[in-house]
Amino acid sequence: MTHLAAESTPTRTVAARAVDLRKSYGRGDAAVDALAGVTIDLYAEEFTAVMGPSGSGKSTLMHCLAALDSPTSGSVLIGDVDLASLKDKALTLLRRDRIGFVFQSFNLVPTLTAQENILLPLSIAGRRPDAGWFDTVVDTVGLRDRLSHRPSEMSGGQQQRVACARALVSRPSVVFADEPTGNLDSTSGAEVLGFLQRSVREFGQTVVMVTHDPVAASYTDRVVFLADGEVVDELRAPTAESVLETMARIQLRSGHATGSTREP
Amino acid sequence: MRRVTWANLLARKVRLLLSAAAIVLGVAFVAGSFVFTDTISKSFDSIVEGTIPDLTVRLDGSQDGGGFVVDDRTIPASLVTRLAALPDVARADGNVEGQGLFVLDPDGKLIGGQGAPTLALNYNDAPSTTGEPTVTIGRGREPRGADEVVLDARTVEGSGFRLGDTVEMVTAGSTPRISARLVGIADFAGGGLAGATLVLFDTPTAQRIFLGGADVYDSVAVTARDGVSQARLAADVGPELGDDLQAVTGDELAAETQSFIDTALGFLGTFLLIFAGIALVVGTFLIVNTFSILVAQRSRELALLRAMGASRRQVVGSVLTEALVVGLLGSTVGLLLGFGLAALLRLVFGQFGLDLSGTPLVFEPRTAVVAYAVGVLVTMVAAVVPARRASRVPPVAAMRDEVALPESSIRLRLVLAVVLALAGAGLMALGLAGSGTTGASLVGGGILGVLLAAALGAPVIGRPVVAGLGWVFRRTAGTVGVLATQNAQRNPRRTAATASALMIGLALVTTMSVLGASINTSIDVGVKKEFTSDYLVTSPTFSDFSTTLAQQVRDTDGVGEVTQMQSLPVEVDGDDVFSTAIDSASFTAVYDLTMVSGTIDVEKGEVAISQDDARDADLSVGDDVTLGFPGGEQDARVVGVYEQSNVVGGAVLPFTTLAAAQIPRSDSAVAVNAAPGADRAQVGERLDRIVADLPTVTVQDQTEFIDAQRAQVNQLLLLIYALLGLAVVIAVLGIVNTLALSVIERTREVGLLRAVGLSRRQLRRMVRLEAVTIAVLGATLGVVMGLLFGTVLQRAFVNDGITDLSFPWGRLVLFVVVSAVVGVLAAAVPARRAARLDVLRAISTE
Ligand SMILES: Nc1ncnc2c1ncn2[C@@H]1O[C@H](COP(=O)(O)OP(=O)(O)OP(=O)(O)O)[C@@H](O)[C@H]1O
Ligand SMILES: [Mg+2]
Repeated sequence: MTHLAAESTPTRTVAARAVDLRKSYGRGDAAVDALAGVTIDLYAEEFTAVMGPSGSGKSTLMHCLAALDSPTSGSVLIGDVDLASLKDKALTLLRRDRIGFVFQSFNLVPTLTAQENILLPLSIAGRRPDAGWFDTVVDTVGLRDRLSHRPSEMSGGQQQRVACARALVSRPSVVFADEPTGNLDSTSGAEVLGFLQRSVREFGQTVVMVTHDPVAASYTDRVVFLADGEVVDELRAPTAESVLETMARIQLRSGHATGSTREP
Repeated sequence: MRRVTWANLLARKVRLLLSAAAIVLGVAFVAGSFVFTDTISKSFDSIVEGTIPDLTVRLDGSQDGGGFVVDDRTIPASLVTRLAALPDVARADGNVEGQGLFVLDPDGKLIGGQGAPTLALNYNDAPSTTGEPTVTIGRGREPRGADEVVLDARTVEGSGFRLGDTVEMVTAGSTPRISARLVGIADFAGGGLAGATLVLFDTPTAQRIFLGGADVYDSVAVTARDGVSQARLAADVGPELGDDLQAVTGDELAAETQSFIDTALGFLGTFLLIFAGIALVVGTFLIVNTFSILVAQRSRELALLRAMGASRRQVVGSVLTEALVVGLLGSTVGLLLGFGLAALLRLVFGQFGLDLSGTPLVFEPRTAVVAYAVGVLVTMVAAVVPARRASRVPPVAAMRDEVALPESSIRLRLVLAVVLALAGAGLMALGLAGSGTTGASLVGGGILGVLLAAALGAPVIGRPVVAGLGWVFRRTAGTVGVLATQNAQRNPRRTAATASALMIGLALVTTMSVLGASINTSIDVGVKKEFTSDYLVTSPTFSDFSTTLAQQVRDTDGVGEVTQMQSLPVEVDGDDVFSTAIDSASFTAVYDLTMVSGTIDVEKGEVAISQDDARDADLSVGDDVTLGFPGGEQDARVVGVYEQSNVVGGAVLPFTTLAAAQIPRSDSAVAVNAAPGADRAQVGERLDRIVADLPTVTVQDQTEFIDAQRAQVNQLLLLIYALLGLAVVIAVLGIVNTLALSVIERTREVGLLRAVGLSRRQLRRMVRLEAVTIAVLGATLGVVMGLLFGTVLQRAFVNDGITDLSFPWGRLVLFVVVSAVVGVLAAAVPARRAARLDVLRAISTE
């Protein structure tokens, strides 16, 4: 099924790629294969969603792709750089310069203002922000009048938009977001999703997002479905209905009770 | 609830250890002080027990002035014979107690000298109250004849003498140097001599060296027949004694000696306990901080407990139980460490001559009781505030992501700080206006008040320092600098409390160095004003030397004016006054004291008094006073009042008065001027040659004299620095602790920073800069406080010789710089720990 993706979009550049990616936790009988051989291409300037039942390996995949974790076997490429060949220092630089990450919660440094948080990756790198791009990002997330506020003075949705802006401000090759709207109500969630969508459509960024929400998935260009550590299906130009349908099918097929404890 | 407490303690072993460290060090110091002083007193107890005879007959007044003044009066041998013949007396032995004798080791260096004394005695086998002889000959035999000597075993071991070697000795008598063959090695009853050197001659030789050769004694040891009590013995002996003799029973003498020793040891004990107290105060800050942080970190869990129905009391109880365990643990380890510390102190004091290696360390139950009481109490008290704060966590906080603990109002703190500061300032002012010990203790109380006020107010008064450092770090370290500064500012109380511990340590260190610098400057100024002779002959061991030396000096080529001085305590109208006897004709040729009234030209029956002593005793020229000496009193008329002088002290009298008091002549100092036209340097060299083989005597010019005085002050300062160092060590531990806990607390944030691209190196630098901020804050506040306290103390002691104020700027800058470096070092472990955190694990930490 993974071949579908490669065939349908032959001309696009690949922003990140996983080849036969495996990740196991524990040993012997207690071993869990969080990823059981995932091969996937993520295309540049595309908004991709990763969906699947709880425990299917979505977060693990994000972490491996974003160079936050190392796989048991298989390889990850960001652009054409193989992560396996990099040492900690180079990985840090790669994370800093080419990857953006948005977490589900606790995304901001509490002592810094919104503006300082957004500029953090750049100032760590000692780079000057591109003023035009910074303005664009800030205006897109609609935080112009909140720039001097600290995280504790902002709503969850605003904080998450700041986190998105931070992930984008250094123009990374790809932004990974693990359930960015998981902690938000539907209005705030829509704000964040709208922003991510615009950053892809209008500014040519690449975003990969994990979500449980079919409505959130409908903002994207492509949905990849995981189950038991494998890619089991994918949809292009998804709608909330088509996503729901596919999810139901997967749950039926996989047969075992995949808990939905973490779903809202 | 108890289960939760235990689980917490076990889960946080590292934090537990760190916070216990403060208690451990404080308690160790307390316990060490006790063990050490107990050991000293045990060692002196056995000496006292092993050396005191059933009854001692001695000259009346021989113990006045601390026993330092020895006059010419003696006890005739005939009395010893008469006493021995009494029915209740088993035996009576005459004792010669020589003064001012020192032994030179085979290299010609002085043994002892500034530390423990040298006891020169005639050898006999008179028993002490225990029935055993005070001295037994271990190896060799007893001394016989003029050229034989016996030394104690430790001195022989320490110096490398062997039986048959020739032993050189210097004396204050008419023959400055004597030598004798070592024929025996003596063991002293009671195990040790506490470092004293024992020199034994046969009786005629001792009489010749110390008593002018007559068959007389300084005291008589009387031993009772079996079954005769000390009281009966005293009653038996009493009628035989003349007016100037006194019989002291063994029990009385033991009590007398004991109280004398206790006073000296009490001082030492208090001195050590003061530093233990400082260490504990600093440790308290560390514990308050640790528990505050631990409670902050657990606030969510505490909120959960509250949500599930735990009462406030249970929450407080849980935190206090944790404190109790930490306190018990810390006290136990501290107690053990205290023994190590006592052993170390024993070693150090051994270097200074107080040798206690003969006595095992003494463990009194009291030491353990005090150690546990202090350790547990301090921990519990320090945990009360954090515990109360913990109990105020609202249950709903459990539902929130980040929990801010309810902080008590900073306003209250400031009000308290201002009140304390004002009270402290008031006490200082009162102390400065007052005088003597009350004045000094008032000033001390004031210092404590101001110090606590500064610690309380540190979150506010430290702001400019932190902001200034932040500016520097932003310039030099960019974003990392900004992050570090903001981390330090995030919790001003925590930063301030950590810094306060260092502040207290450095405030005291700075105070001492300001005082030290002021003392040194005062010495400079004072000596330059008063040291008017070209050379001064004195004794570094403060033992008088033979007057033959002055004669040799006079006979030296190129020497002009020479004047001799003999210093001793004299009772003036009942008060001990440190006085100097002079020959006024030669004295006025060398010294020019500033007179308030009258003259310094004292004749027999006259005395001159210093301005202060004259004021204190309400004396003026023409008044009559009574001078008290061990052998009796003399009347004298005040003929002059002079301005304070370190050369002569509180009173000046003529040599003739000493002669009348039967005090033998010796010199404490000889001032020498080169003759007009003579080459000063050459004269100096010649004088040096005269004293070359007399290690108890030195010749110094003004500069050398100043250097020697300064060296003494600096040595004392060094000792105090070393003791204060303990407080600084605890403060540094505090920084390590706070940083380590902060890193743990901010694990998620650290992971986040790493995730957005902060390198390990940058992370380490961030933690280091935070440490530097804390350290420099503490150091700066401490140095400022120290400058203030040093100035106040100098003012307080202005009449006690610290006349001039001086700031050792170079050293103060060094303190701050060293503190910054120490901060970097303190950050090493927490920084490494932060850098090693796995990014993913850090992010997912709850
Ligand atoms: N650190 C770990 N140690 C052991 N097993 C782990 C670890 N992290 C994840 N797993 C296991 O790996 C599998 C995949 O976990 P992952 O977090 O990727 O799931 P997910 O798809 O993100 O689930 P969710 O939708 O609930 O977030 C799960 O079975 C999980 O139990
Ligand atoms: Mg997940």
